[in-house]
Amino acid sequence: MNAPSPVAASAESAEPSGTALVPAPFPAGPVRLLLGRGVAVVGNDIDTDRIIPARYLKCVTFEGLAEGAFADDRTELAGAHPFDRPEHQGATILVVNDNFGCGSSREHAPQALMRWGIRAVIGESFAEIFFGNCLALGIPCLTASPADAAALQRAIAATPAALLRLDLEALRVQLDPQASDGTPASASLDLPLQLAEGPHRMLVSGQWDGTSQLVAHDAELRATASCLPYLAGFGD
Amino acid sequence: MGIPWAPRLFFISLSFRVSAGTLYDKVWELHRVADLPGGSTQLFIGLHLIHEVTSPQAFAALRDLGLTVRHPERTVATVDHIVPTTSQARPFADPLAEAMLATLEVNCADHAITLHGLGSGRQGIVHVIAPELGLTQPGMTVACGDSHTSTHGAFGAIAFGIGTSQVRDVLASQSLAMNKLKVRRIWVEGTLQPGVYAKDLVLHVIRTLGVKGGVGHAYEFAGPAIDALSMEERMTLCNMAIEGGARVGYCNPDATTFAYLQGRPHAPAGEAWNRAEAWWSSLASGPDAVFDDEVRFDAAAIAPTVTWGITPGQGIGVDERVPTLEQTPAEERPLAEEAYRYMDLVPGAPIAGLPVDVCFIGSCTNGRLSDLQAAAAVARGRHVAPGIKAFVVPGSEQVAAAAEAEGLDAVFRAAGFEWREPGCSMCLAMNPDRLEGRQISASSSNRNFKGRQGSASGRTLLMSPAMVAAAAIAGHVADVRELVGAAAAVSPP
Repeated sequence: MNAPSPVAASAESAEPSGTALVPAPFPAGPVRLLLGRGVAVVGNDIDTDRIIPARYLKCVTFEGLAEGAFADDRTELAGAHPFDRPEHQGATILVVNDNFGCGSSREHAPQALMRWGIRAVIGESFAEIFFGNCLALGIPCLTASPADAAALQRAIAATPAALLRLDLEALRVQLDPQASDGTPASASLDLPLQLAEGPHRMLVSGQWDGTSQLVAHDAELRATASCLPYLAGFGD
Repeated sequence: MGIPWAPRLFFISLSFRVSAGTLYDKVWELHRVADLPGGSTQLFIGLHLIHEVTSPQAFAALRDLGLTVRHPERTVATVDHIVPTTSQARPFADPLAEAMLATLEVNCADHAITLHGLGSGRQGIVHVIAPELGLTQPGMTVACGDSHTSTHGAFGAIAFGIGTSQVRDVLASQSLAMNKLKVRRIWVEGTLQPGVYAKDLVLHVIRTLGVKGGVGHAYEFAGPAIDALSMEERMTLCNMAIEGGARVGYCNPDATTFAYLQGRPHAPAGEAWNRAEAWWSSLASGPDAVFDDEVRFDAAAIAPTVTWGITPGQGIGVDERVPTLEQTPAEERPLAEEAYRYMDLVPGAPIAGLPVDVCFIGSCTNGRLSDLQAAAAVARGRHVAPGIKAFVVPGSEQVAAAAEAEGLDAVFRAAGFEWREPGCSMCLAMNPDRLEGRQISASSSNRNFKGRQGSASGRTLLMSPAMVAAAAIAGHVADVRELVGAAAAVSPP
């Protein structure tokens, strides 16, 4: 099993806006510790049509989807959307509110967020399909209380350069408004997070990409199939 | 769709594997393959439906992993989201749309997957064609890279939408890693009034329980009002379970289900039919079934329902007014304020009489024959109001043929509606059908999200197909009960 590696999080990525950023690699292996700056998108019931409008789904690969992330909201806000604000470029931890990712099952939504740079989402609650789509990419969706999510959003807005230290094993997020080197010692916020046991185990063990496990259970699959009469056309 | 491992002992197996409980519990247990290390369950997928939008990356990932399609005979493809509804001649004018369909064609050919393509007589919206071909049957697990896969639960299947990584997993293994849901019974008493349809019922349920009320749950729709619904009405109901946050919605299979299925191309026949019916019947939730909770509704109390806001939960009876902030629970007020601004509506204003620009009848929610019949009954002998663009998009080639055979296309054309070719059309703006600018649509589709119908500032009012027809005739939101000759039991606004 690979050693867990913090993504983004480098001191470079916390430098002021305008600095060329080296994008963090896409998730691979265990997801245990994430260090990075936050970006807050405020509002309940933000659906996947808003995360990525349908016109961006006209593609046969996921490459290039970053520009579609919140595209209509960004146009409407003419540069004021958090994803366009210079101080949030390079952020890796998205903080949202209630029922985030509702609506369409399009995996293009987490793909667009991931390609923009997001590696974890913290929110009050998530729509189920969105949660599963993120998990399949190794992106944890962690639940915080409404008050904690709001406090985190306020702290990010107040100090965009602050680093968040997201500890998947301990299920806590800490924010240090002073630090640029990831030191959590003087964290001004230290909040508990929730994640269901199954997804939690899958992420920290690195077993979130489960295709090989599914393929491996061939004998079990045959046994299950042999008890499903419709597969045999209800023949006797 | 017979397969080589045909078991000879399934009746014996049945007695071991079908247990007491809800339909959801029974179907889950029958399809359980293994417990996975992460704590989830590997679930066999009985029917996998694919389309051009969410499958290309899955096939590419399969190739990257060096894997093949485990059971190509259990996957069925069609093209729906990106097809134009005016001219379907190839190549499409939009090169991206053409590339997506061409990719689907190559992937299906490479992996021996049946594709119901344009002009085949069987093409259409994936959630319309699978039921009408008899592919969707009770007791199956059905997965598709589309959230409205919950539609197929109308047959007593456990059906749910998945993302592209999961499409890859089903292609590779005919199974998925899933976590079991809780089951909420939605019990509906009484009878829907004339002019009130399954669409109104489901909008009412979502309005009451909220757009995230069903997260973590399967909705079982049951009770006398559900028993009285046709299969097409049950499909409308289950289709929108996801809009209430429930990934799965289902009805128990009964005589209505069996009558719908009998004689369809993929339905069993002869002796096999009798065995199928017995098995299907055994899966329904029994009197001993235990639900995690239950919510009760009275169908007779439901009015034609219209959304006024930017989520499917922001619905009101056509005889009601846009709720004021004071009438809105505190936690929903920010969303209500956003909706007032986006929709340009005044709190407390009546919804009836609100002018519309575009009227769209179609979609996987309401693009079936009975939907078109209900709308045509309103349109017959009347005419679309001046300045209104109104169009009807049949859900499939079979729906189009059946509607044309009974002259519905002529009724609509005579009334000033356009009659189009089948596809997803203006439900989601991945094809040329879309709103422009601030246009406001009366739409029989399923989502009124900001920008959903193709204009970043376009506005959507969800309602039943008959209500859309009434809006087209009136030029504004109107109570269809007054047009279908029902006793206008309209309470004062």
